[in-house]
Amino acid sequence: MQCPKCHAMMHTYNRNGVQIEQCSGCRGIFLDYGELEALTRLESQYTAQYGQVPPPAAPPAPYPGQHAPAPAWGAPQHGHGHGHGHGHGHHGHHGHHKGGFGRMLFSS
Amino acid sequence: MTQQTLPAALAAYAAPSGRPAPYELLADRDDGTVVRCGGSVAKAHAEDTDRDGLAVRMRIASARALSQVLLQPLRAEVGHVQGRPVSLWPYGAPVDPHRPEDAPWEPTARLLAALHQVPLRRLPGPVPPMRGPAKVARALRRLAAAPDTGTRAEAGAVRAAARTLPAWARGEAPAPAGGVLCHGDLHLGQLVRFPVPEGSWRLIDVDDLGVGAPAWDLARPAAWYAAGLVDARTWLRFLDAYRDAGGPGAGPPGCDPWPELDLAARALTVQTAALALAKAAREERRLEDVERLMVDACVRIATLPPHLEPASAS
Repeated sequence: MQCPKCHAMMHTYNRNGVQIEQCSGCRGIFLDYGELEALTRLESQYTAQYGQVPPPAAPPAPYPGQHAPAPAWGAPQHGHGHGHGHGHGHHGHHGHHKGGFGRMLFSS
Repeated sequence: MTQQTLPAALAAYAAPSGRPAPYELLADRDDGTVVRCGGSVAKAHAEDTDRDGLAVRMRIASARALSQVLLQPLRAEVGHVQGRPVSLWPYGAPVDPHRPEDAPWEPTARLLAALHQVPLRRLPGPVPPMRGPAKVARALRRLAAAPDTGTRAEAGAVRAAARTLPAWARGEAPAPAGGVLCHGDLHLGQLVRFPVPEGSWRLIDVDDLGVGAPAWDLARPAAWYAAGLVDARTWLRFLDAYRDAGGPGAGPPGCDPWPELDLAARALTVQTAALALAKAAREERRLEDVERLMVDACVRIATLPPHLEPASAS
């Protein structure tokens, strides 16, 4: 099936017996009727068995904050706690590669 | 006549006299040869240019609705020199490539926001599709055709990153219907001040102009930021100016823009890395550091932590 948002193909995955469609483009997820409840049920079974699920990692600093959000595949300096990598200007990181830097920003 | 080189023939085309004239060669690539002759610039477009598409794009560049956004051609009609389609423009002053720190990030963002908000019905049509995905396809073809100079692993990572994209973003299927007028190939070489020297900034190069996802025009700066070439402050100058000017491609001000930008930024990262590898191979040299950053970004795209792993057959 096609993703209603970006129209890429959606692939079916099986998570603990629950069928999930995930888009190959935007990675959005489609759940059929009852599947969310099935996942919630699985979660509470897990909690009953193994205790509380650890909380997810702290969210990135809210925008506009000290650092701008970056994608998951961003350069390591975008990672949490490395905000000092920002704000140097071009000279900070790449001043010594200025020729290549300039060429890349100016070409197709 | 046929003894004349293409640049010399373009100069004669651009010269008011229509006769051979002194000229400056501004660009000479397989996708375009550009010659300046006094206050005029002639561009011979690529041999395989979609000529109907170029004709519409030239009429769009001449449209009154875009007179403050796109540089307007001296002639709305496409001419011909030595069998190549040729367009004629006034000379505008470009950004100094030796001073990228002086780049007009805010004006660029505002021009894109204006371009993306022009109602399509006010433009000559039919407005063709934006050619961004076609350029991703071309970059991947160049990578495939490049000689193997010991960069097989890097090329594999770029191809793997390309496989994370939907087929349309690789130019292998029609793009989703709808969208706005996009430039299609935005970088800092696509801006000039007109009239020289202190006029306002305008966008140039209509070869890839057309309807598409506005995120595509933001995706190259987004990819530079994500890969670590451009710092957060510079990126935010660009992003905030675009949003403040009403640009529709990056979500509302104050929100994380990446849900809107991620796909196109991955596509431009793939495109840039593929061209860098192909170029380095052709020139028999190692990757420059900034090129390496784009390839490294592809490695990370290709090895993103699993979103959902396919379960074993069930």
